[in-house]
Amino acid sequence: MKNLKYYRDRYVRRQPSAFCPGCGGGIILNCFVRAIDDLGLDKDKILAVSGIGCSAWIPSPNFNGDTLHTTHGRAIAFATGARTFNPELTTVVFVGDGDGAGIGGNHLIHAARRNIDLTVILVNNMSYAMTGGQIAPTTLHGETTVTSPYGNPESPFDITELVRAAGASYVAKWSTYHVVELTRSIKEAITHKGFSFIEVLSQCPTQQRRIFNLRGPVDSLPPRILDMFAESTVVKDRPDRGGYVYAVPKASPEEALKQIQAMDGVDAKIVDHMRYGRVVRVDGEPLDVVRGKLLELGTVSEVKDHLDGKITLGLFEKKTRPEFTDALREIMRKAGGE
Amino acid sequence: MLEPGRHLALGNVACAEGALRVGCRFFAGYPITPASEISHHIAAEIPRVGGFYVQMEDEIASIASVIGASWAGAKAMTATSGPGYSLMQENIGYAHMTETPLVLVNVQRSGPSTGQATQPGQQDIMQARYGSHGDYEVVAVSPWSVQEMFDLTIRAFNLAETYRTPVMVMADGMIGHMKEGLTVPEKVGVVDRKKPTSKEDMPWGTDDPSGVPPMPAFGEGHALLVTGSTHRPDGVRNYAPEYHQMIVYRIRDKILNAEPKIRDIHTEHLGDAKVAVLSFGASARPSIDAVVKAREQGVKAGLFRLRTLWPLPEEEIRALADSVDAILVVEMNAGKLVKEVERVVCGKAKVASLAKVGGVLPLGREVLEEVRRLAK
Repeated sequence: MKNLKYYRDRYVRRQPSAFCPGCGGGIILNCFVRAIDDLGLDKDKILAVSGIGCSAWIPSPNFNGDTLHTTHGRAIAFATGARTFNPELTTVVFVGDGDGAGIGGNHLIHAARRNIDLTVILVNNMSYAMTGGQIAPTTLHGETTVTSPYGNPESPFDITELVRAAGASYVAKWSTYHVVELTRSIKEAITHKGFSFIEVLSQCPTQQRRIFNLRGPVDSLPPRILDMFAESTVVKDRPDRGGYVYAVPKASPEEALKQIQAMDGVDAKIVDHMRYGRVVRVDGEPLDVVRGKLLELGTVSEVKDHLDGKITLGLFEKKTRPEFTDALREIMRKAGGE
Repeated sequence: MLEPGRHLALGNVACAEGALRVGCRFFAGYPITPASEISHHIAAEIPRVGGFYVQMEDEIASIASVIGASWAGAKAMTATSGPGYSLMQENIGYAHMTETPLVLVNVQRSGPSTGQATQPGQQDIMQARYGSHGDYEVVAVSPWSVQEMFDLTIRAFNLAETYRTPVMVMADGMIGHMKEGLTVPEKVGVVDRKKPTSKEDMPWGTDDPSGVPPMPAFGEGHALLVTGSTHRPDGVRNYAPEYHQMIVYRIRDKILNAEPKIRDIHTEHLGDAKVAVLSFGASARPSIDAVVKAREQGVKAGLFRLRTLWPLPEEEIRALADSVDAILVVEMNAGKLVKEVERVVCGKAKVASLAKVGGVLPLGREVLEEVRRLAK
C-alpha cells in the first residue's frame, strides 16, 4: 500500500498548496497522480497543460513534471501543438468549466471533433470561482451568484453530451466524491487512443456556499458538498436501490423533519440537494402512501422522486475512431517526409 | 519545395519556402486573405520534410498551438492578417512573457475591422509593437520584395531562436500577392535555440550578458513550469515586485541591448543627401523610385529603409537627422512611424509625413513632389 507521502514526494512539487481549504482541486490532483502511478508512466514524458482559473493550479505548480500554464480558455489549443509535435508526450489538460466550456468552448469541441489524443479533465465547480463566483455556462438555472443576484436566468450546458456529440471517443463524468471511479476513469482516458474527456463535479467551499445557499460553519462545508454530490447524482448502469423520496420543505427543513420523524415507519434526515436545496430525505414503504402523508403535513411543499433532478455520472462514450496525429503521420508517410 | 536557383514566385510562397528551409516544422493557421497562400504552400510541402500543418479553429488557437509546439521543441510559425492578428494579441503577450521563440507573419491588410479586406496596408505596425497588454519589446522585420519575403522569414526564425522571443514578419498584401524573381540559395544560415547544459540551468533567468536563458523542451526531464504569470527564474509563480521587475526588464533589455545586432537598414544615395526618404515594406518601393528621379532632377535625395522595424534603430535615425536637412516618412497608414521618427529626431531635422490609406500605395510622383518641396 502506497501512502500519501509516496505520492507527494514523487509527484507533487511543493507544499503548501495555494488552494482554498477544502477545495476539490487537491482531490483531483490526488486521483491524477495515483492514475499515472498505477499506469507506470514515465513522469518525464507527461505534459500537464492548464488554462486560467482554480483548475489551472491543479497541475501548475503542483505537478512535479512538465507543465504548461496558458491563457484563459486556450489550454487545449496549446496542448494540440505540443502533442502533435511530440507524440511521446502523454498530454493531460486540466480546464475549468468557465475556462473549458465558456471562453474555451470552441477549442473543446474542435479538439473533440479532431479526436486528437489528449486527455481533458474539466473541473466543474459550476461557477467562475477564482474571480468571485460569477455565473458560468455550467451554473444551474435559478441559482444565486454575484452576477445573478435574482437567480440565474440562463441554463447550463450538458458538457458531456456536447463533447460526445462533437466527436470525443471517450467521455465520462464523475465527482470529487467518486474518487475510486475517477482514478479508474483517468487511467482509462489516458490509455484511450483519441480525445478523452472527463467532467468532474468539484466542490468549492468558497463560492458554492453562496450558490447552493449552504449555511453553517465553513469547516463543515467540504464534506457537506461532497455528500451533496453523492445525494444529487446517479451512476449510470448501476443498480438503483430507490425506496426513498425527498420532501421539499415550505420553510424550515428542521420543522418539517420533526413532523416527518413523528410519522410511523419512516427514516428521515436532512440532506443537501443540488437541485432542491436543503430537503428531508424520507425512506419508507410503500412510497406512494408515504408521499401522500408527507403532502398532508402542511410543512412540505412538494415531494420529489429519488431520481428527480439528479445528475447522471458514469461512462458515456468509448469508441474507436481515427485519431488526428496518427492521420497527420499517415499524411507525412504518404508525402515521403517520415 | 523549390529547387535552389531562380524562380518566379508569389511573395507568400517565398515566405513559406524561407520558413521550410530554415527548419519550420510546425505550422498552424486559419484561413484569411491575403495571407492564405502561405498556409496552402506549407500544407503541401511541410509533410514532405517531416513537419506538421494544422488548420486550427481560429487564430487564437493557431498561435496557442504554435507556442505549444515551440515548447515541444519545434521551430513553429503562423501567418495571418489584420483581424486574425488582433485575435492573437493575448497569446503574443504570453509568448513574450514565457520567452517562446516563434514566427508570426502578418500579411497586413487595410483596416480597421474588416476594412478593405484583402487590400494592402501598413496600419498594424504599432499594434505589432504594443498590441498585447503589459510591457515588452517586440522584434519585427519588414520585407519589400518577394526575395525579402524569403530572406527575412529566414532571418525572423534565426532572430527568434537567438533571442528566444516571438518575431513578427510585417509583410503586406501587396508584397504577399506579388510575383517577382526569387533566388533560392543552395544553403541558408540556420540558428538553433540554446539548450541547457545541466538541470541547474534556469529556464527564465541567466547571468549571461545576452539576457537570453537556455530553453529546454517538454519531455527532456526538466519538470518545466511554463507560465504566463510572473515567475521566478525557475518558473515558479511569484507575484513579488522584485520578480516582476526582474522578468519585465530582462525581456525588454535582451531585445534593446541587442538592437545593434538586430538592426537591418538598407540605404541608397544617402552620402550627400539633403532629403532622406524613410520608409519600409511596400511603400519603400515608390520611395526608391522617387529618390532616383529626384537625383535625375538634381535633388540630393536618399533612401533609408527599415528592414527591421522593431526595435527601432534610434541611434541610426539620429545620425541620419544630423546628416540631412529633412526626413520624409512614407507609409501606408494615417501616419504612425512618423511620430516615432519625430520623437527620435527631436527637432534635429525637419520631419515630414507622406501617409496614405485606402489600400493603395503612395505613388512615386507623390513621393517625388514631397521630396522636391522639402529640398526647396
